[in-house]
Amino acid sequence: MTTGREAPRKARLRAPGRGVPLALLVPALLGLAFLLVPLIALLLRAPWRSLPEQLTSPEVWDALRLSLLCATTATALSLVAGVPLAWLLARTDFPGRGLVRALVTLPLVLPPVVGGVALLLALGRNGVVGQWLDAWFGVTLPFTTTGVVLAETFVAMPFLVISVEGTLRAADPRYEEAAATLGASRSTAFRRVTLPLIAPGIAAGAVLAWARALGEFGATITFAGSFPGRTQTMPLAVYLALQNDPAAAIALSLVLLAVSIAVLAGLRDRWMTAS
Amino acid sequence: MTGIEKDSEHVPDPAGAAEGLDARLVVDRGSFHLDVALAAAPGDVVALLGPNGAGKTTALRALAGLTPLSTGHLRLDGVDLRRTPPESRPVGVVFQDYLLFPHLTALDNVAFGPRCRGAGRTEARARAAEWLDRMGLAEHADAKPRRLSGGQSQRVALARALATHPRLLLLDEPLAALDARTRLEVRARLRRHLAAFEAVAVLVTHDPLDAMVLADRLVVVERGRIVQEGTPSDIARHPRTEYIAQLVGLNLYRGQAEGHTVRLDAGPAVSTTEDLSGPAFVAFPPDAVTLYRERPAGSSARNLWRCEVAGLETHGNRIRAELTGELALAADLTAVAAAELDLRPGAPAWAAVKATQTHAYPA
Repeated sequence: MTTGREAPRKARLRAPGRGVPLALLVPALLGLAFLLVPLIALLLRAPWRSLPEQLTSPEVWDALRLSLLCATTATALSLVAGVPLAWLLARTDFPGRGLVRALVTLPLVLPPVVGGVALLLALGRNGVVGQWLDAWFGVTLPFTTTGVVLAETFVAMPFLVISVEGTLRAADPRYEEAAATLGASRSTAFRRVTLPLIAPGIAAGAVLAWARALGEFGATITFAGSFPGRTQTMPLAVYLALQNDPAAAIALSLVLLAVSIAVLAGLRDRWMTAS
Repeated sequence: MTGIEKDSEHVPDPAGAAEGLDARLVVDRGSFHLDVALAAAPGDVVALLGPNGAGKTTALRALAGLTPLSTGHLRLDGVDLRRTPPESRPVGVVFQDYLLFPHLTALDNVAFGPRCRGAGRTEARARAAEWLDRMGLAEHADAKPRRLSGGQSQRVALARALATHPRLLLLDEPLAALDARTRLEVRARLRRHLAAFEAVAVLVTHDPLDAMVLADRLVVVERGRIVQEGTPSDIARHPRTEYIAQLVGLNLYRGQAEGHTVRLDAGPAVSTTEDLSGPAFVAFPPDAVTLYRERPAGSSARNLWRCEVAGLETHGNRIRAELTGELALAADLTAVAAAELDLRPGAPAWAAVKATQTHAYPA
């Protein structure tokens, strides 16, 4: 019907008797408050006056620099290995693909501390792989900055893989076929056609992985310990500062909050407008 | 519809020649079975015509190497392509919705093939610019596909496929994505490009007009098999299945001929001018049918059947009546005649066809 009747349009704005029921409204507002109040508290109790001094202390800068370095390196590692892994999961069919996919997603739900223990057993000095690294190359991973990167990669890469795999599945595989008929090998088609097409998904996955790596605590402290300047990232610094210098902990937390908000702002088109 | 007359009636026979396409495409996929033999000489344009789901696109994908052959053979210019991956086949494809790479400009889309086949960036872009120019798209070289109209996209897709100098050009429903107005213009343009193309072109379509305008030879595919092949005019005159008869707008029946009579498998007999014996087809166009409300007394038509109106629809400026009864047939009449006869679904009618209006040919 194309007759322009106004009544239904007005009714859609607010149908009589169709308000939000209290049984839903009350818990919804409680939930919202529960999520917001701690953040507000952080802002209220922040030592604003001493903040410049807190944030310019070398300890804070060391932790922040280390955090950014390790999270970015972990994200880069996740991209290098995770994008091909996502392609493998989305575009090929091999026996046990479902199982591999489940194993890839396991670190998403695994408590990070368990991940740290597992990393120690694998890459520790006496670990399954680590003993050979030590014996053959003299490489020791636990309690080093490299260890931090590995722990962060372990927990962050699944986020990237899942995000990129979803984008790949949504992307039309016939573009790769079109590339093939033009003479592109599978790897050329991936590089010149698929990769640009899924770039937004890769970017979103990378930001997600980076944020996860930045906040990583459990696996890092288990596998790499907490040595200032070497393995003490921001979250570890916050936790330790809280015990003897709460004001410093709050200042550090504010920095992480600011970073998180920046990440969210960067992702808003992808995540916040999704209905 | 009489189709487009082509002066050359010859059907090439490249079986012995090394040049061109010689294929038998067999694809088994569960309940679907495709078995289609295709042969064409360089310069030929062959149309695979058939209803949706007939297997036309599967045949095209098999030619391109995107769908593996279960069995059969595939030779292009004497080279066996069965084990050749798609990227190494000298085959160009224009996909139904073109599949232009959305992140590349028109120029880079066309340059993609030459680049992949070893040309340097500058050379590939120069060649692409040449192709776009030939397609009349020089000023759109820097446009991204989303900025191009349907007709322009189709030309970019054609340029992209041709830029690799394929020995076999495949077009999947090349005009299906276009609106009626653009279609006319693009069809004429595509016909010129295909006529100028020196290697084999195979196009897939479900539109008989596209097939007849663009192709020298039609291969009609139904349920994975070839039911008829020949020149457009040949197929338009002598349809061999219900589907083709409907496509070209003919009533078609199968029966046993005995002199000037064909006794139809469906029941009644049809008088014809041809003198035949054995299995035969009889065809007549819907506008050869005259309808009467009462049994006509003085009609000279020897073919007279008692029918009932099953449905009516407008067909151009005519009314097409679908009739059932002694013989199921379609009849075209003017709106005035339909009104005078008071034709309604369920109304009885007598249908008459003169013998001179029928056409019988061996089955």
